[in-house]
Order: sequence, then structure tokens, then C-alpha cells
Amino acid sequence: MITALPILIPLMVVILLLMVGRKVYWLKLIGISGAFLLFLASLLIFYTVRQEGILVSQAGGWPAPYGITLVIDLLSALMLLISSFTAFLVGVYALKGIDEKRHRFRFFLFFHTLMMGVGGAFIAGDIFNMYVWFEVMLISSFVLLSLGGSKLQIEGTFKYVTINLVSSAFFLIGVGLLYSMTGTLNMAHLADVIPTIENQKMLTVVSLMFLICFGMKAAIFPLFFWLPASYHTPPISIAAVFAGMLTKVGIYSLLRVFTLMFIGNVAFTHTIILWIAGFTMVVGSLGAISQSDIRRILSFCLISQIGYMIFGLAVFTPLAIAGSVFYIMHHIIVKTNLFLVSGIIHKIKGSYNIKKLGGILNAYPFLSVLFLIPALSVAGIPPLSGFWSKLFVIKAALEQHYYLISIIALAVGLLTLFYMMKIWNEAFWKDDPEPNKKSDKMPWQNLFSRDFIFMIIPVLLLSGITIVIGIFPEPFFNIAERSAHELMNPEIYIKAVLGSTMN
Amino acid sequence: MEIMLSIITGVLYTAGVYLLLRRSLVKLILGIIFLSNATNLLIFISAGMTEGKPAFVAKEGAEQTGQMADPLPQALVLTAIVIGFGIVAFTLALNYKYHKQTGTYDLDQVKETDKV
Repeated sequence: MITALPILIPLMVVILLLMVGRKVYWLKLIGISGAFLLFLASLLIFYTVRQEGILVSQAGGWPAPYGITLVIDLLSALMLLISSFTAFLVGVYALKGIDEKRHRFRFFLFFHTLMMGVGGAFIAGDIFNMYVWFEVMLISSFVLLSLGGSKLQIEGTFKYVTINLVSSAFFLIGVGLLYSMTGTLNMAHLADVIPTIENQKMLTVVSLMFLICFGMKAAIFPLFFWLPASYHTPPISIAAVFAGMLTKVGIYSLLRVFTLMFIGNVAFTHTIILWIAGFTMVVGSLGAISQSDIRRILSFCLISQIGYMIFGLAVFTPLAIAGSVFYIMHHIIVKTNLFLVSGIIHKIKGSYNIKKLGGILNAYPFLSVLFLIPALSVAGIPPLSGFWSKLFVIKAALEQHYYLISIIALAVGLLTLFYMMKIWNEAFWKDDPEPNKKSDKMPWQNLFSRDFIFMIIPVLLLSGITIVIGIFPEPFFNIAERSAHELMNPEIYIKAVLGSTMN
Repeated sequence: MEIMLSIITGVLYTAGVYLLLRRSLVKLILGIIFLSNATNLLIFISAGMTEGKPAFVAKEGAEQTGQMADPLPQALVLTAIVIGFGIVAFTLALNYKYHKQTGTYDLDQVKETDKV
């Protein structure tokens, strides 16, 4: 029963939100308490999974390969926990960060359908079911992206929609071909059946279909152009959810299928992933250097960080996968934080363009520190969380003698530091190019005034977590290691799902 | 039958990709529709077709007579059709809104969000 909560809670919230109509006060109240409830449920699920192992539930009571299975292993529980936590914080931020008009257009309703899709994708134990949750997530994200209907938003949405529909087509082709070869769609059963198939070459083709489709969603190297074209168009709260969560759903799916199902031809598939990872890192950071809009710099930065996550998957040792999982944990928190801070900067200064910004350090030293923490964390400066995540991934790669790509990863870390410092120099350090009405010094207490309190608290919490992970990485890494152990031994997953019905 | 459907699928994919690469937003949407329908057909064929047999299991106790069709791909295709339908409706609304704001369907004009 507890397994289905990540779907049921958002669904209930959506129904309630539909009933209150367009009363903004109620929409906000229900929306935010729903998000908090979801976080509590995820905490409960995480605790249960940590104590008792993989949770499995069969929808409708049909036994495993026939019915729809919901599975929560440690990775899913972890993703649920982090995503619902950041979603709650972004929800708090959105109370002030999103204008009344968009709240009246039911921002929170689509926010919760999005969370339903994300949660469903994390707990689906059936590949077609996963496709359906992906679509739930996508349709909500289409609406959120175009919510409010400004010209840039509509244009960004067009690009986003088109690329995602093509990727969904690839997903369905993969599902169809997989079914034709195995006669099953249950992921555990697939993992069980796949090694016995005669035509392993065709299976490699299918695995590449999944690589393309999840890769498009995760924004890996040749397929990332939609991301910087669309993520800077919506209000910052929406962009923060997308940047923090949606690409990570793609990474989660890649981790899932390439550790559970498509492990028959690792030398071929994971080498491809390795090169893609290298290119993603380099191209993403080069793109970030060329931009001058903070949101676009952060979008390209997101792409380059995606490279590190699939780098861990490509190296494919327990340490590397644990590094990947740790990286996802760190990155959801830090990237959401960076977007939220840039939203506060925009609210104060009225611009995202670093050429037009300036003098923030002088006027708002406290806010500047809040930017510096996630910025240095992304760049991998110890003792912040980014340092450990990079360390684990690169250490695993060096153990497997991937020297060239490790050097690339380290160099990209330097590039990351470079463009983060570019934002810092231009927006924070430089004198304000337009010294005007608001340039008088503002005490930090003002950030806790009624206008900013809802925006600053999420940022404070996220920065706090970054520091905590940085100083005490061990408990977090232990969880990552345990989930990597589960991922590297697919028979644990298979046994948990099929154990009761097969044999 | 399977060969014919395979050829139709191929033609649909070709037409879909061709339309996606044209310069008009309307044709882009048509291309998406073609792609999603081609994929639906692909699932239908690849799961294997059983002609003229129902997709029912015999009643409990009774003997299963002959082959039965696989009901699962049909359920999958049905789901995919419904999802595709919703998405096409959304894209059409988006297209309408975009045209109302800019007065153009030309894909070459859709470059505002990529400016540095």
C-alpha cells in the first residue's frame, strides 16, 4: 500500500485543487501542504526500504509478470526522497516567486501532476508503465513551460515538445521491439529472459533505442540542444524544478535499464556511453562559457554535469555507480539552489544578464554567500558536496585505467570553476553598471522581510544541505554504495519482484 | 498482411521524417502525428499478428481450442493512441497561440530563444 503513495498523494491533491477552482489562497495552501505530505510519505518509504529492502506491490493483485508491478528499491526511494524534498522547497519558493496570474492558471495543479509523473517513473516496475508515467510527466511539463503564454515561452515549449515527442517515439519503438523478442514488459522478468535470447545483436540495437530516448530526456551530448533553448523561458521556479528533476529522471532510467536489462554487451554499449559522457562534459562547459544570461549559463552547466553522471554509469563498477548516484543526489540539490538564487537576483535587480548586473556583493553580501556555496560546490571545491561526487566518479575511472577521460573530467571541473567565477566577477564583484534607485546598501535582514522570506528559506536549506553533505559525506555515500550494490547485482531486484511467483 | 503493414509503417516513418524537416510549423505537427502512428503500427506488427482468432482465454475447465491472439499489444497501442491524441491537441493549441502572437508559421523565425 505504502508503495503507491508517490502516485496517490499527488493525485488526491490534484483532485482537491480542481475542486477549489481559481481561489489563489486555497490553491497555494493545498498545493504546498500536498507537497509537504508527499515529502513525508517519501521519507517514510525511504526509511522502510532502508530497513526492509525492496518494496514490491502488484497493482490489482495480479502476480508479477502479468500484472503491473510497482517496485521501490533503494535508488528509487532515494530519488523519491530528494525530488519530493526539492519539490516542496521549490513550492515554498513559488508562493512568491510565481505571479498571481500564473497561480490562478493553476500552477500548483500542474506541479502536482508533474510530481505524479516523476514519482510514477521512479517506482514503475514495468517498462510500458514507465512510458505512461513519462508521458504524464511530459504533458504536465509542457503546460508548466508554456504557463502564462509569453512569446518566448511558447517558442521554447515548441522546441521542447517536438524533441520530446520524437524521443517518446523512440521509447515506444524500443518497447515494441523488446516485447516482440521477449514477450514480456515487466522489467524484472525482462532482465531474467534477456540473457536467453538468441539474437543478442538485435538486443543491442534495442538498447541503443533506449539510450537515444532516455538520453534526449537527460540532455546528453548530441541531443541536448532543446535544453538551453527552453529552460530559460519560464519563471525561475518552474525552471528550477525542471533543471533539478526532469533531466535526472532520464538519468535514473538510464541507470535502471543499463544496469538491469542491457548488460549483455557492456563492452559495446558502455563504451558508447563513455564517449558520450566525455563529449557532454566538454561541450556543455564550452557552451556555458559563451553565454551571458545566468539561466543559460546554468542550463549549459547542467548539461556538462549530466556528463559526469553517465560517466559513472559508463565505467560500470560498484564504486562508479555509487559515484553516479551520489552525483545525482548532490546535483539535484545544488542545481535547484543555483536557479533559485538567480531568481532572487532577478527579483532584486530586474535582470538575468551578467553584463547588466553588478555590485551585488557590496549591496547584498549575505545573498552573495548563498550564491557562492552552490557555485563552488558545482565546481567541485572541497569541502562541499560537489568535490566528493567528482572524487568518487573519477577515482572509479582511474581504477579502471580510463586515464584520458579522467583528465577530461578534471579539466572540465576547472572550466566549471571558470564560468562560475565569471558569474561571480560580473554580477557580484564588478561595480553596478547602472547605479540607480536601488543601489543603496540593503541590510541582510531585509532578505527576511515579507517579500523575500519564502524565497530565501528554501535557498538557505538547500545551501545548508550542500554543506552538510560536504562535511559528512559518509552516511550519504553509504546509501549510494548500497544502492549501487543493488544495481550491480540485478538478481536482487529480480528475486524481489519474481521471487514469490516464479519457481 | 504483415508485409503490407510493414511497408505502410516504413512509408509513414519516411513521410513523418520528411514533414519534420520541412519549414512549416503545421507540417511539423503533421510529421509528429505520422511518427506516432507509425510507431503504433510497429508495435502492433512486431508483437506478432494472429489472424481471425479472438484474444480470449477459454473458460475455466473448458479446453483451450486453437491459437489465441495476444491482447497485450492491442492494449499498448490503444494507450499510445490516447496519449498521442492528447499531445496532438496540445501542440495544435500551442501552434494557434504562437501564430496569434507572431503571425508566422515559418520555422526559420523560431530562433528567438537561441539568441546569445
